Amino acid sequence: MLYKKKWPLLIFVLPGILFMLIFLYIPFIENIKNSFYDMTSIVSMPGLEPKYIGIDNYKTLFTDPKVKIAILNSLKMMVLTVVFEVGLGFILAVLVSNIKRGAQIFRTVYFFPVVISATALGLLFKLFYNYNGGMLNQLLASFGKEPVNWLKPELAFIMVCIPTLWSYVGFYFVIMLTGLSDISDDIYEAADIDGCSKFKQVFYITLPMMKTVICTCITLALTGALKVFDLPWVMVPKGAPQGLTHFLGTYMYQSTFGVNNFDYGSTIAIMIVVLGVVVSKVVNLMIKERD
Amino acid sequence: MRTQKKIKIGTILIYVVLIMWAITTIFPFLWVFNNSFKPSSEVIRSSFSLPQEFTWMNYSNAFSKQNILMAYRNSLLISGTVTIGVMLFASMMAFGLTRYRFKGKGIVQMMISASLMFPVFSTIIPVFRMMSEWGLLNKNVAVILPQIAGNLSFATIVMIGFLASIPLEMEEAAYMEGANVFQVFAKIIVPLCKASLSTVAIFSFLWSYNDLFVQKIMIRDRTKYPISSLLEEISSKYGTDFGLMAAAVTLIVVPVLIVYIFLQKNIIKGLTAGAVKG
Repeated sequence: MLYKKKWPLLIFVLPGILFMLIFLYIPFIENIKNSFYDMTSIVSMPGLEPKYIGIDNYKTLFTDPKVKIAILNSLKMMVLTVVFEVGLGFILAVLVSNIKRGAQIFRTVYFFPVVISATALGLLFKLFYNYNGGMLNQLLASFGKEPVNWLKPELAFIMVCIPTLWSYVGFYFVIMLTGLSDISDDIYEAADIDGCSKFKQVFYITLPMMKTVICTCITLALTGALKVFDLPWVMVPKGAPQGLTHFLGTYMYQSTFGVNNFDYGSTIAIMIVVLGVVVSKVVNLMIKERD
Repeated sequence: MRTQKKIKIGTILIYVVLIMWAITTIFPFLWVFNNSFKPSSEVIRSSFSLPQEFTWMNYSNAFSKQNILMAYRNSLLISGTVTIGVMLFASMMAFGLTRYRFKGKGIVQMMISASLMFPVFSTIIPVFRMMSEWGLLNKNVAVILPQIAGNLSFATIVMIGFLASIPLEMEEAAYMEGANVFQVFAKIIVPLCKASLSTVAIFSFLWSYNDLFVQKIMIRDRTKYPISSLLEEISSKYGTDFGLMAAAVTLIVVPVLIVYIFLQKNIIKGLTAGAVKG
């Protein structure tokens, strides 16, 4: 290699490694350890040593009805992100690639919500959903309809999903659009000459050519769905109403910092990791299977 | 003739669909902007019309009672430091990993890519314990350090991708002429990496600036809240003050909008970089 002295290497690599060890790897391992102990407080105090409790937390995990809700909601969210974020992103990208004017404007506009914080978007949609004079109920009133409690138990989950999904469509749209621009125009021209309709071209040319891009998007969407926290937390804190809108992230926060059950929070966090790894492995397998 | 007509109808339909989606993205922001200049009572009555009694009251409330400037300052300090830290450590690590051969290189590379699988949930409790033991809770640094670590792996991967692709001749020439490695790094590598460094800077900054989770956990003193925590508090405590909420959202959105208009190409590229690389 070019540089003969080896010692500068330490200066280049060490800070990064230390950051990863101190703030990622060691905490990650400690978190696993925590899940087997009963922690009365977060900092170890003399005389209050954490007690080893084996797999009790994991037993609780499987019987906790709220965990069940949170897992189901997170899984539903995964399906919804794939269908609506990736699906809508794809449709919009195909449409935009078929127009001559204004493509750039649509790109700019569609991507904008991605850069806005989920906290601000949560606040914004709270104004839309408010029972007394929120935007949606004003709209209903102008048609002479009765106001609706948009965050009632039957509706709350889907009403929280809408802004989450809406805000990220633009992200997948841009990735798809980049992918589409890599497909050569010649293929479409040949298809045109052969009399293949635009609609059929999407199925027989665009979709197969975009396979890798779509798969990347699906993996991103699935793992992203597990990280949801900010938006639901602002709109429906603590899984309101009745814990029905808990996602794994919000329930982990609530268990840890809401009711100070640190070891149980650690256990939920581990489940999030496991679920994430399993989901991405399954997706990878499915992709390979089809090849 | 027939096909031409068909194409035209098709194009019009496409534009209709595209414009409809564009309206769903633009309308919420226009609505909230418009309502931020109305007293709350008017927002509740008529949120769709232009302000009848135009008022700055919501904004003066946001600035005087809610300390929004302080929150901005904290957020900019946190995200600015995170950005600089990530840029520096990621490019250094990427330089070390692409320019040196050493024992354990494979392990370091594996550590980097494996850490992408850790969601913040799985590390935050022990990090919180460390910060409270070190007496750093309620200080910006308690948010900065874990956020640097959280962005570092991905940033390093982006930087390695770029550094591995640039030819070594320039470095070689400078090194032969007697420049030391650090000079080579600062004077040749960093300027060459401008484009990928800006990608790294953009996603680190936005990710840190928009995050609520870490700042909510580390900063509990409300006088030291960064912007996301402050917004969350406004939402939970003043949820009925529609005017104030609208003004708060506007105050968050407008600066981002201005930056976005100027840097949109870089921002879009920065945020989608990871996906395209795969």
